[in-house]
Amino acid sequence: MIRGKPDEDDYWNSSKIQNKAFTFDDDDDEFTRLKESKRAVNSIISFDEDDDDDDVEKVSWSGEPVGSISWSVKETASSIRTAGETRELGFPKIDTTPSLPKQGSSYSLSSLFKVKSKAGGFQSFSESISDTSVRTYAPELRRPKAECKDFISDWTPEETVRRMQRGRVYSLEKFRSLQDKLLLLDEAVSAHDGNVITAVLIYLKKSLSKEILFRELMCREVALRHYVHYVKEMGEQRHLLDLLKALGRTGDMALMQYKEHLNMKDENRKKEFLKSCLSLPFSQDDASHVMDHYTLLERQIIIEAADKKAESMGQMDVFKKFPRKASILNMPIITTLYYSCFYHYGEPEGTYSSPVNIRKTFRISDKQYILTALGARAKLKSWVDVDSLFNTKGWFGYMTKKSPVGFHRVVDILHKNNAPLQVLQAYLNLIDDTELKISLAQKYKCHDVAINTYRDLKDRQQLIVYRGKVERGSDEDRKIEELLNSTQIRWKN
Amino acid sequence: MANSGRRDAPELPDFSVLKRVARDQLIYLLEQLPGRKDLFIDGDLMSPLDRIANVTTLKQHEVDKLYKVEFKSIFSTSDQLCFLVRPRIQTVKWISDVINADKIAGRVRRYKIIFCPQKFYACETVLEEQGVYGDVTIDEWAFYLLPLDNDIISLELPEFFRDNFLEGDQRWVTTAGSALHLLHSLYGPFTKVYGIGRCAKMVYESWREQVEDGEQKAQQHQTEIGNVFLIDRDVDFVTPLCSQVVYEGLVDDIFRIKCGNVEFGPDVTSSDKSIKVMLNSQDKVFDEIRNEHFSNVFGFLSQKARNLQTAYDKRRGMDIRQMKAFVSEELKGLKQEHRLLSLHIGASESMMKKKTKQDFQELLKTEHSLLEGFEIRECITFIEEHISRQVSMVESLRLLCLLSLTENGLLPKDYRSLKAQYLQSYGIEHLLTFSNLRQLGFLVEQQPGETLTVMESKVGKLVNDKTAGKLTDAFSSLAKKNNFRALSKRLTLVPKSGEEYDLRVPRDMAYVFSGAYTPLSCKLIEQVLERDGWTGLDDVTRMLNGHEFAVTGERVTYQPRSRADNQRIVLVMFLGGCTFSEISALRFLGREKGYKFIVVTTAITNSARLLEALLDSHV
Repeated sequence: MIRGKPDEDDYWNSSKIQNKAFTFDDDDDEFTRLKESKRAVNSIISFDEDDDDDDVEKVSWSGEPVGSISWSVKETASSIRTAGETRELGFPKIDTTPSLPKQGSSYSLSSLFKVKSKAGGFQSFSESISDTSVRTYAPELRRPKAECKDFISDWTPEETVRRMQRGRVYSLEKFRSLQDKLLLLDEAVSAHDGNVITAVLIYLKKSLSKEILFRELMCREVALRHYVHYVKEMGEQRHLLDLLKALGRTGDMALMQYKEHLNMKDENRKKEFLKSCLSLPFSQDDASHVMDHYTLLERQIIIEAADKKAESMGQMDVFKKFPRKASILNMPIITTLYYSCFYHYGEPEGTYSSPVNIRKTFRISDKQYILTALGARAKLKSWVDVDSLFNTKGWFGYMTKKSPVGFHRVVDILHKNNAPLQVLQAYLNLIDDTELKISLAQKYKCHDVAINTYRDLKDRQQLIVYRGKVERGSDEDRKIEELLNSTQIRWKN
Repeated sequence: MANSGRRDAPELPDFSVLKRVARDQLIYLLEQLPGRKDLFIDGDLMSPLDRIANVTTLKQHEVDKLYKVEFKSIFSTSDQLCFLVRPRIQTVKWISDVINADKIAGRVRRYKIIFCPQKFYACETVLEEQGVYGDVTIDEWAFYLLPLDNDIISLELPEFFRDNFLEGDQRWVTTAGSALHLLHSLYGPFTKVYGIGRCAKMVYESWREQVEDGEQKAQQHQTEIGNVFLIDRDVDFVTPLCSQVVYEGLVDDIFRIKCGNVEFGPDVTSSDKSIKVMLNSQDKVFDEIRNEHFSNVFGFLSQKARNLQTAYDKRRGMDIRQMKAFVSEELKGLKQEHRLLSLHIGASESMMKKKTKQDFQELLKTEHSLLEGFEIRECITFIEEHISRQVSMVESLRLLCLLSLTENGLLPKDYRSLKAQYLQSYGIEHLLTFSNLRQLGFLVEQQPGETLTVMESKVGKLVNDKTAGKLTDAFSSLAKKNNFRALSKRLTLVPKSGEEYDLRVPRDMAYVFSGAYTPLSCKLIEQVLERDGWTGLDDVTRMLNGHEFAVTGERVTYQPRSRADNQRIVLVMFLGGCTFSEISALRFLGREKGYKFIVVTTAITNSARLLEALLDSHV
């Protein structure tokens, strides 16, 4: 990512060129200026502080403007919470037999009362079954019932779809042959109105067998996707799985079934469910992930039980010093690894909770392992462990430091975990790219590293510039002075 | 920047009438249930409703208590309940439960559901199935369009994106058509309509049919909006996934602007309370910085602070009379400015801190490399480390999607490895998210060879348009073709490397992404307006999977004087959402070319909103 040209680390002021224009570093000029402006603005004293909010919206404690709808709703909500907590009732299950008399078809006479005035633009009339005034707006209803029926049955698929689009009276009952039903569906699809497509599909779902419906949907992509979405929204999981199976979309079906685990709270039940998922026809790739999921939860349950016990009995120091903030159940693999590096570092491979075991079981790469272990050990300020993560035996038997991730990243993680200066310096010195090394040394205030690097580069000019960045009279300042006065160094400039 | 550009740009139409119409209609509907009633409002509708009415309005129409729909049992004592909701099956099921619980308890109430902006048959079917159809009256509140600012109108339908592009459900097509119809009848007739995308075509058709169905308007009012451009979000997925760096976009990325309002927390206000602020052109300080690249904002705010100090200082050495004049004429304005200034300085400072923490520079560098197709291996390494360190889940996903979209899919080896690492870091249940991303074409494996593409174009030539649409559908669910690299080259979206770009004096729309990338969506709009159609862009539309159109309405006999003016007012409708960066880019284009753009969008979006809509790791 580091481009060829040295002066391109500046993406704010210009993406490609311009030197030192704008960075997000705290000591940047612009930022200082902004801070100053802030101070200035805050220090400007208004005339009369107390009526200062005359043009400020009145805001309640939650930040909603008083009198706004969101505010008012919150008010009611909170008053309920105090008044109604004891009355918390679950919904009673009831028989869902329709309360209206059935008309022998799924679309009962009640649908005849639909009235809508799209043409008017802004008005839509209340449609109430009991409201007689509606009749005046639905001319069809003034006809004798029989005549009305005859009239309806004359509508072609096209007319029917048009009427549905406009919210007029319609009837689907006459579409009884498969051919008619499909004509109607195709007509709805070509009208591009998802609402109508779904309405027709609901009718087909009620009046066709699953096998036939699924077969016909297979070659109708648009209708199929509406259907899948509708069934999903209705929460008819069984039906959806049947559909996906019939379509041969076994991978999707497996995922859809796997998704159910999200609803499960109890970890043992979830574990058993995941186990049952293992036999589902996932794609090869996904199958291994689901396997991991099962193994992970199984391990987490074991670790959680053991650690909870250990913590409560006060057996292990680490739990006393750093009480666990949350349970490890349902955490991702990397979090579990971090946890094990934090609480179970150095345990033998045989235990489920050991980092070695987790690393092996879940095929964690060197890079992922180093980043995670580094974070955990640095958090514990265990610098010896940090060092040993990178120690490698060199060709001639002595130790060198190697890392699968750039040392600049290592330094960054150490810094975020408040590593002491000498630790930071040691790792800063391992960065190959001198430019990067200097900029990070400066960012983390490891002046020694920067100064030494300039010395090694024999760059007198930069060293002089750098002197401006250290405090007058400090050790660093004296060191630079010494270097600059030194006659031993053959400066290149 | 606010004052540069052409001065002859036409005035924007007045959209406040949209709010009035919506409010009047709501009042009319509430009056259809006379007497005192409790009102249950869908959470999603609360902020939009706040923009057009307030509690007093509702109380005046006998609304007693207000509740938010929370899918729990209710404690209302009112004998009339009104539900103001989006047409969703889950909501209607809950309402049915409420009614049925009342029935069991032997309680008699009147119920009304007001669906906004329209009802769906599927919802009515639920009422029927649950046996409450007939116990409840149903209405529609055709509140399609909420003006968020002088030049932004939102349908406030964030679900449009997922429903239409992921689920393939066209339920909102007619809604968008009706919204367009409303604008047409108030501010039209339109002269020209351009568009690109499958949904854009359908919306156009829906609108056209509604115009045909409608009664011929007797009175010919003067056209205010001449041109319309419809664009599908899936024409350009890259732009909304980029980090935003113009002020308004950055505020949205970090604080999330909701319905034109933003909540600034204690870190911004330097007090212990949060403040909700409305961000629009009424805020004079904001209006001047909203379109600016973030790097210019500091300088601007510092200058403003100095000016303010000078203005306050004027009062020194004033006599009583002068002081009186100062207090009555200037002080209020100064104090207002003072308040706004400290807010925006606080916000800038807080954003700066947040961005420094997450190595924003490095992130932007990676993004720009991806856009340019430069050092992709290094980018992948960066993304891997981002994932391994468990930095923000959505951010990692965003980078993966950008990688896939710009590289036309990942190599199978990379795809598998990155997916595995992602699942290890953020949870295996994200298998579901990956499946969604693949379906949508956000994050895919490269297909061996270009067999699909070749087949598609061959078959496409043989059949007519309607069938071709169906075919494309079938293909797109297999693998969505994406030619970002070629498009970028053809339209020079990414300027040549090494050219200097002064963000203080932007020279093109690329400034909204630090000069590194011109938003594809906006570039298309620019090109089509310039050419007055798609002529000469055949190769471009082919790479975008076609579905482009440009149509002229019948010659309008009545030619108003200001014809030229209304032809330069362009309504751009984004189907599936648009970002503040795109709006800023269009405003820039407008200033350069003398257009005025009105952005109509199904919702304001950004990378986080788009990706969160595709997560399936929750129930």
